Amino acid sequence: MKQTLVALVENKPGVLNRVASLFRRRNFNIDSLTVGRTESPEVSRMTIVVDADAEKVQKQLYKLVNVIQVEDVTDTPNVSRDLALIKVQVNNETRGQVTQLCDIFRAHIVDAGPDTVIVEVTGNEDKITSMTELLRPIGILEMVRTGVVTMTRGDEVLAPPEFYFATNGNRSNGFRQNVL
Amino acid sequence: MKLTGAEIILECLIREGVEVMFGYPGGAILPTYDAMTKYPQLRHVLVRHEQGAAHMADGYARATGKVGVAIATSGPGATNLVTGIATAMMDSSPIVCITGQVPTPAIGSDAFQETDVTGVTLPVTKHNYLVYDVEDLAYTIKEAFHIARTGRPGPVLVDVPKDVQNAVTEFEYPEDEIILPGYRPPQAAEEEQVRVALELIESAERPVILAGHGVIMSGASRELLQFAEMTQTPIALTLLGKGGVPEHHPLSLGMMGMHGTGQANLAIQNADLLLAFGMRFDDRVTGNLKTYAPNARKIHVDIDSSEIHKNVRADVPIVGDLKTVLNQLLPRMKRIEHKAWMAQIRDWMEDADERDIVNQNVSNRLLAAHVIHDMWTATNGDAIIVTDVGQHQMWEAQYYPHERPHTLLTSGGLGTMGFGMPAAIGAAMGLKQPNVWAIVGDGGFQMTITELGTAAQERVPINIAIINNGYLGMVRQWQEFFYEERYNATPMFNPDFVKLAEAYSIPARRVTTRDEVIAAVEWANSITDGPVLIDFVVEKHDIVYPMVPAGADLHNMIRRPMPSPDGI
Repeated sequence: MKQTLVALVENKPGVLNRVASLFRRRNFNIDSLTVGRTESPEVSRMTIVVDADAEKVQKQLYKLVNVIQVEDVTDTPNVSRDLALIKVQVNNETRGQVTQLCDIFRAHIVDAGPDTVIVEVTGNEDKITSMTELLRPIGILEMVRTGVVTMTRGDEVLAPPEFYFATNGNRSNGFRQNVL
Repeated sequence: MKLTGAEIILECLIREGVEVMFGYPGGAILPTYDAMTKYPQLRHVLVRHEQGAAHMADGYARATGKVGVAIATSGPGATNLVTGIATAMMDSSPIVCITGQVPTPAIGSDAFQETDVTGVTLPVTKHNYLVYDVEDLAYTIKEAFHIARTGRPGPVLVDVPKDVQNAVTEFEYPEDEIILPGYRPPQAAEEEQVRVALELIESAERPVILAGHGVIMSGASRELLQFAEMTQTPIALTLLGKGGVPEHHPLSLGMMGMHGTGQANLAIQNADLLLAFGMRFDDRVTGNLKTYAPNARKIHVDIDSSEIHKNVRADVPIVGDLKTVLNQLLPRMKRIEHKAWMAQIRDWMEDADERDIVNQNVSNRLLAAHVIHDMWTATNGDAIIVTDVGQHQMWEAQYYPHERPHTLLTSGGLGTMGFGMPAAIGAAMGLKQPNVWAIVGDGGFQMTITELGTAAQERVPINIAIINNGYLGMVRQWQEFFYEERYNATPMFNPDFVKLAEAYSIPARRVTTRDEVIAAVEWANSITDGPVLIDFVVEKHDIVYPMVPAGADLHNMIRRPMPSPDGI
């Protein structure tokens, strides 16, 4: 069964490689992995969807020195979002159909050419899958998805520890930005 | 004080208490080698192959409990370290490897002797670093030693580009404590787990302690023995756990697992409670997991949370430092007896003794078991033994009981042939004492035989005992049992090891009969100013008994056939 984990990791060179290498060598099957910045430039946040034992994945991730915190949010109420850009072949007849589908799915047409449109759709995985199923007969030329990002609902907060906002002199070295 | 990166590396090593480093120079590490001339207090040992350097650092670490240091150049120098690093990783041995790298502007250009060393060693190190900026160097080295020696220890590699070694900066040693938010080794057990563990311990009728490397690494020997005596619980040892408790203690069952003692394996299979202390249920220890200790509840104490539930589901998982956890348990424990269980165990022990080859008479042939047993006698059971990997390793484990921690150094997890002799060099240099023995097979010895040069040059007082049967004996044993005696690629042509040693000016002897063993060992013991070698030419077709075939049930051991007039 698919499990969703959220991990805070240090934004240092090679950390994404360390995580990816771990999944490969421990035989954990990655369904989706997204990574991006948090409110601290020294901390990145990963949303990892795996088809593996979440507890084992979590423990193995904690063995990496650069991994700060890992939460299994599979069974926690959460907001999960995936974004897809879909380039669809259209003609005068089908252009209207695409516009209608966009209304239904609250998607947007973000580019329009003589024979193509780009649809931007955001939502959970099921919604995007449904949208693509309906667009497929019309003619999908190209598609890209960002992978899932997840945040738990309510007052629970998963934020970088204070350490990463402190500015005293004894901080660790090697925090390079934009090198993930 | 303005220093170069190279000087900063060495300044930091001195502050970590490093006395000796094992290495091999080359283009990308030359600035550091040049700086060594200013630091005579750091002894550098020139190896003959970088694999040897990593094993020496590992042997040093295992013997002394301190961090071992290996140094190599970029590219082939660094890749030659990999086997040694992986060996240290599997056995949780703290070493720090420092490698030169091509200058930062050349990184990624396939420059001469360039390899992505942090990429190559990523899966076989506890952590590694590529230092881009000389300003980061001192802190990185300090962090590397901290990570190597704390928590579950392991190898750490620091890759330093040549221009970073040459760069000059104001050196100020980072005195502050290392804070790594993503690295917090556990210490004490949670109260709830201690409570549940105590309940299980008090109600158990057939408990067995499984003592692993963690006993030695956390320095918990005394606490473990106290625990065992209070609860009258027998102790089975993993290979790396040997030495963790005195093996002559009446509660000791000896080694468990594939070549473990009958009593240890039978006790585990019949137990109602396993107390797994600092061990990780390796497949060589459990056999078939589906039938492993089927009626036992398991209390698993390990410092590495990822080991809990990895192979065997624990009823009471305890993440913590073993010594700390035992000290949490001990004051709250009651004295318990397990008379019926101990009587049963004594029966199994007597049964094993009957098959014990040491007690059998063997006419005119030299058996490896006899060599090891006589070595034990002639060294008063008090030598530091470093083994290689194979049959001789298992015979050592069976016939050389160890009474103290850190007295058996062996490659358990990775099973690295070639480990023995270089690791013995590292151990002897760390301990500064002449009672270190390398027991090696003729196969594994030849994998790193080149380090005879290092031992001779540095006059390291190691004693090398080759258990020479002219075969890759353990592979041969598997071929005999499981491949219908097709001995493909296991017979070995060997050099004359005595002449070879003499070519290095190393005193050497050959032994072919049992009468000569003790005298030869005593002769070797008397030479304390450099290496010495004995070539024990043993029976070619001997088998390590008992044996649990890979994947078989732990109680289904192939036992040594009952004595025949010939003895084997």
